[in-house]
Amino acid sequence: MIEVRSVTKRYGRTVVVDDVELTLPAGGLVSIIGPNGAGKSTLLSIVARLLPADAGSVLVDGHDVASTPGDVLARRLAVLRQENHLTVRLTVRDLVAFGRYPHSRGRLTTTDEAHVDAALEHLGLTDLAGRFLDQLSGGQRQRAHVAMVLAQDTEYVLLDEPLNNLDMKHARQMMRMMRRAADELGRTVVVVLHDINFAAAYSDRVVAMRDGAVVVQGTPAQIMTPEALHAVYDMDIAVHDVAGAPLAAYYV
Amino acid sequence: MTTAPPLATQDVAPAQTPARAPRAGRRRLWLTATCVLLAVLAVLSTFVGVSDVRLGSLLADEGTARDVLLLSRLPRTAAILLAGSTMAVTGVVIQMLVRNRFVEPSTIGTTESAGLGLLVVTLLAPGMALPGKLAVAAVAALAGTLLFLGVLRSVPVRSVVTVPLLGLMLSGVIGAVSTFIAYRADLLQTLSSWMTGDFSGIVAGRYELLWAVAVLTLVVYVTADRFTVVGMGRDVATGLGLSYRTVMALGLGIVSVASAIVVVVVGALPFLGLVVPNVVSLLAGDNLRRSLPWVALLGAGLVLVCDVVGRVVRYPYEVPIGVVMGVVGAAAFLYLLLRRSTDVG
Ligand SMILES: Nc1ncnc2c1ncn2[C@@H]1O[C@H](COP(=O)(O)OP(=O)(O)OP(=O)(O)O)[C@@H](O)[C@H]1O
Ligand SMILES: [Mg+2]
Repeated sequence: MIEVRSVTKRYGRTVVVDDVELTLPAGGLVSIIGPNGAGKSTLLSIVARLLPADAGSVLVDGHDVASTPGDVLARRLAVLRQENHLTVRLTVRDLVAFGRYPHSRGRLTTTDEAHVDAALEHLGLTDLAGRFLDQLSGGQRQRAHVAMVLAQDTEYVLLDEPLNNLDMKHARQMMRMMRRAADELGRTVVVVLHDINFAAAYSDRVVAMRDGAVVVQGTPAQIMTPEALHAVYDMDIAVHDVAGAPLAAYYV
Repeated sequence: MTTAPPLATQDVAPAQTPARAPRAGRRRLWLTATCVLLAVLAVLSTFVGVSDVRLGSLLADEGTARDVLLLSRLPRTAAILLAGSTMAVTGVVIQMLVRNRFVEPSTIGTTESAGLGLLVVTLLAPGMALPGKLAVAAVAALAGTLLFLGVLRSVPVRSVVTVPLLGLMLSGVIGAVSTFIAYRADLLQTLSSWMTGDFSGIVAGRYELLWAVAVLTLVVYVTADRFTVVGMGRDVATGLGLSYRTVMALGLGIVSVASAIVVVVVGALPFLGLVVPNVVSLLAGDNLRRSLPWVALLGAGLVLVCDVVGRVVRYPYEVPIGVVMGVVGAAAFLYLLLRRSTDVG
């Protein structure tokens, strides 16, 4: 379980995460949605102890992330950031293998190798494994970074906009993979998304943020109403029922 | 959780390891071949010089050739190999810590600060024993490196180009301070002996400190993965459970001490830490566990070749290694930059 307790983050006098309370039960897929600048990445970074909160605390299975030893947390929680530019020149396989670092400390066992192979396979990177990251397209590189996070093989997986740069096919594959990780392996996947239809179709719960606060949260059905979406995005969005599932028509 | 089953274990094909094995084997073969080549070069280099040292003279004359070999030529070659590999390795370490490919100890103020520290201790406590002087130089080198990092942190724009430029400016300032002090104290020649690498003064009894840098290089190799992870940035390192600050401290300590020792024993060897890691990065990438042996080997090899060239080109006089390295290093670096812009890899 992830418990966010009265977390606040400020930059100067601007409050970007404003006294957020949030409880995410273990297991399942949770999407965080919201407009640009809502504070989604900031909140996710605080949960993943990449950023210190100015007030409040985050507990993962009862462990305060600010005080739990980093290596202990790294075997329990993995995170993909929104931006993943690397200056080091690594092959795809090397990058993914570094996801095993919390377990192997650099000495890969056959189990580690199996995890790396599985992660490469899942993201369709087996044929590209020997390539350097700077020889990949943007979407391929994005998949490589997700593969690294998967290889870390943690109970909690936090992904900040994993669909960035992906085509339709790979975006759907990615969502299905996260769904499977939750269903078959009992993982807790928390994912920041911009496409509310993807969020609605695959999540157990959707958390909507705006101006540093959680404005709505609930099941996809509860979020996918014109009223709720208006509260989040300040837009009039029609929601249609397509084959029993809500679909937001936000294009026009 | 360690108890959780691996993600989709059922998909893991058992026959994947053999496919990678030949590549690792070929890598080892290349590495061994390069090692042998370097060893041969090293042995040959001991026969180059003003005094006549040949297999024949080693056996024939009454020990002069053997003395030259044992007291001068072998120490010199050992010093070259040790200093060359170390400076290349410190280059790659600082590049990981700063996350910029175009920095090395002599372009960010580390080397200059070591020189300044030595100068100050020479003025204030001329009688201090070598270990004491060395300690002062190492502390000064560390202070200079931290100053560079501090300046970096306070500058809002951190582009690929501004980082090395800031380093060069800082080195320039520290170098100027040293020159000023040395000028007033009539120590310019002493200062220049630290700031220009020169192996001609290396004899048995005057280089053994360099074995300490071999230990430091070994420490870097053992902890190579940590430096690669830190090279991926603070967030990735934290996410993987690595203490960013600890690795940073370890790396800065190693770079400072190693640079100080090299400055004290042979003098600065510019360009090495820049050229060698960049070449290796192009050929083998930046996974230090794999690339570090290459960095060390090529660093040693480059200095060895430059030294032999320096001894031969104006025979019987010697051109200082710093001059040869400057020419070779600049040319290599230019080639790298130009190649980089045309080749997507
Ligand atoms: N280092 C910083 N200094 C000052 N303000 C910052 C900093 N980082 C983020 N902010 C501000 O904090 C707010 C929240 O940023 P955050 O990255 O969490 O948004 P987000 O919801 O992830 O947006 P997006 O959908 O664009 O990724 C933004 O208004 C941003 O301008
Ligand atoms: Mg964001």
